[in-house]
Amino acid sequence: MSSYKLDARNLLCPLPVIKTQDKTAELKRGDTLEVICTDPGALNDIPAWCRINGHEVLDTRETENEVIITLLVS
Amino acid sequence: MNSPRKAVALISGGLDSLLAARLILEQGIHVEGINFYTGFCVEGHTHAIRKKDKKKPKRNNALWSAEQLGIKLHIVDIIEEYKDIVTNPKHGYGANLNPCLDCKIFMVSKARQWMEDNGFDFIITGEVIGQRPMSQRKDLLPVVVRESGADDRLLRPLCAKNLAPTLPEREGWVDRDKLLGFHGRNRKPQMALAKQFGFEDYASPAGGCCFLTDVSYAKKLADLWQAQHEKKYELDDIMLLKVGRHIRPKPNYKLIVSREEGENKFLSGYRKNFIHIETTSCGGPLTLIDGDVTEEDIETASRIVARFSQGKNEDSVTVKITHINGDEKTVNVLPMPSSEIKQEWYV
Repeated sequence: MSSYKLDARNLLCPLPVIKTQDKTAELKRGDTLEVICTDPGALNDIPAWCRINGHEVLDTRETENEVIITLLVS
Repeated sequence: MNSPRKAVALISGGLDSLLAARLILEQGIHVEGINFYTGFCVEGHTHAIRKKDKKKPKRNNALWSAEQLGIKLHIVDIIEEYKDIVTNPKHGYGANLNPCLDCKIFMVSKARQWMEDNGFDFIITGEVIGQRPMSQRKDLLPVVVRESGADDRLLRPLCAKNLAPTLPEREGWVDRDKLLGFHGRNRKPQMALAKQFGFEDYASPAGGCCFLTDVSYAKKLADLWQAQHEKKYELDDIMLLKVGRHIRPKPNYKLIVSREEGENKFLSGYRKNFIHIETTSCGGPLTLIDGDVTEEDIETASRIVARFSQGKNEDSVTVKITHINGDEKTVNVLPMPSSEIKQEWYV
């Protein structure tokens, strides 16, 4: 089980979701992926994508300019 | 026991594709969704840009649809391949720069490829005969079938009873009697069916889901092509067409002037790629200059920017001009009177 980061800054939805989808396809069950975005829409879209594809959202954080979502590949 | 037949549903995020997929799920078919991202989708980014839209729920309607249906959704980036559809549509444009028929053929064709690669049996769309003037005319639906290569593996559950039976119907994978015969532009049958299925709060964009159907957006894209002397674009070009006032005082350059804080923030991400102007003596919009400009052009641009600043009625506004190489210059300019900003400059 490994931890990975994905830089999806300066991309507008749904591109952060597509990047997350493509990166997750390369990972193994139990890996974690931290996705860093600047589009606040990602705060809804990536958890929604996780729910319908069976991945678990471990954490969501919001700073002034970024939203950071950590998911567990399931 | 045979495993269930599998269908891939084109999910746009609108009501029709949601209902079409639900009808097929009801028949025990395994359905997964596919959604294509062209770069022109109204879905998504606009809500991230303008601050005034912040109160609207930020959701991707295709993902929302998939969640309502309880199906997987595959979002496919087709930005690069789609350029040829937009710049060179075999079947031409609709009222604006919308190549709806070519677009539908392309998307069904991509879905067919996905179906074959993933061992699925047929494709579902939410098309309804006569609902859209270009891509859903009765005489054009067979064109989509033929040119996409989907042939009789393309099922349109909402209007199937008005069409010849497809392979899934003939083989008994789906029960044709449980499919529908919707037609025309009346939305009431869809709304009634949504109610029956318990779908609420579904998306119903008035102008469809594509910026290319928008008259104002299409004018900006046409202007871009005219200025470049070529029909081509990059993703950043088409993103920037969604933001700010676009003002072209001369053929060699245009200004992209932000209209509010959200756009200011969005355009600031592009500052390193453009000469840009900010007001420093008062509040004002961040402005990008797109094109090759002379010193005289920059002075004109600065005066226009000053016009849109809080100092528009002052005798002098201080602006900072930053070049792509990082060189900065601060100058005082007289805001351009609104009467001098010609109406035809607005793209």
